[in-house]
Amino acid sequence: MDLTSLNSFHLDVLKEIGNIGSGNAATALAKLIDEKVDMKVPQIRIMGFSEINDVLGGAETPVVGVLLGVLGDIKGYILFVLEEKAAHRLINILMCRDPSEKVEYNELTLSALKEVGNILTSSYLSALSALTGLKIKPDVPALAIDMAGAILSVPAIEFGKTADAVLYIETEFIQGSESVIGDFFLAPDTESYIRLLKTLGAMC
Amino acid sequence: MTDNIIKVGMADLKHRCHPSVLVTLGLGSCVGIALYDYKVKIIGLAHIMLPWSFQAKNNTNEAKFADTGIKLLLKNMLTDGANIGRISAKLAGGAQMFTFSGASDMMRIGQRNVEATKQVLQSLHIPVISEDTGGNHGRTIELYSDDGRLMIKTIGFGVKYI
Repeated sequence: MDLTSLNSFHLDVLKEIGNIGSGNAATALAKLIDEKVDMKVPQIRIMGFSEINDVLGGAETPVVGVLLGVLGDIKGYILFVLEEKAAHRLINILMCRDPSEKVEYNELTLSALKEVGNILTSSYLSALSALTGLKIKPDVPALAIDMAGAILSVPAIEFGKTADAVLYIETEFIQGSESVIGDFFLAPDTESYIRLLKTLGAMC
Repeated sequence: MTDNIIKVGMADLKHRCHPSVLVTLGLGSCVGIALYDYKVKIIGLAHIMLPWSFQAKNNTNEAKFADTGIKLLLKNMLTDGANIGRISAKLAGGAQMFTFSGASDMMRIGQRNVEATKQVLQSLHIPVISEDTGGNHGRTIELYSDDGRLMIKTIGFGVKYI
């Protein structure tokens, strides 16, 4: 079983999984910042490694990434990626400061971002858990601020051991008309997305 | 001078004759291996993700691993007229992008990639003349065929040539 043999029905089910998970996460984020948060329809991206660098507006775009391992019946990674501007805004809202105020990265602000990643991931995974009856938990979050390519390569390397492509369920969170807040990537490993599909009766 | 800029993706390798530039963007824990034959000015660049092919379940793509990737790149360069006695190597990448409390094997992947790369190069008697590896930041690299210089671009650590 490899990624290329997934049919359009399987992809639709994975998309719906992303929809339910990130819907829950978007609600959590909206509550956290007390503002309306919308999301786009999730995308299933099955990418060869050489294509990964083209996601998120280019490999060299500076982004903030919060990475969490996924543990339990489903294994893989969740990566919450924010453009720096959005990260600054989020920090200011959480610190009850003016949204346009200049932000310095220090222990407090970085820890706030990590906590956002933690809360969003937990809500995402608990929705999946409720849907499937599987035990799914997040590991401790880790944070990096760097080039998008370098950050996205971290989960990709794990997949490299067993596959030549990686499957990302990506959801974009937006605010107002087009102001992007961040991208949410769930990357289950091969066994896990098969387990997800089987549990939901989409694969025998 | 930048007649021919060619991108090398993740788990990919390419080589070119003079004049050209090989580029790889956003190296994290992956390692960029730049080979250069100063006489015929052939450059080669490999962007490897993992150290050893025999440790992986799926090893069909030779460019993914340090061991098979370096050997394949070298073979391609030799076929096009490079001489192994004149080839030298420069390395970049192998960072640890995320710091977790428990330093698991997965998190040390950058360091393991660099170690494997050096072992393979040593076994092939290719000298490593300079490197910019480790740390916890991403790198973009450009390899120039005119003199084999390797440009390294970072966020927050500036640009340098090795």
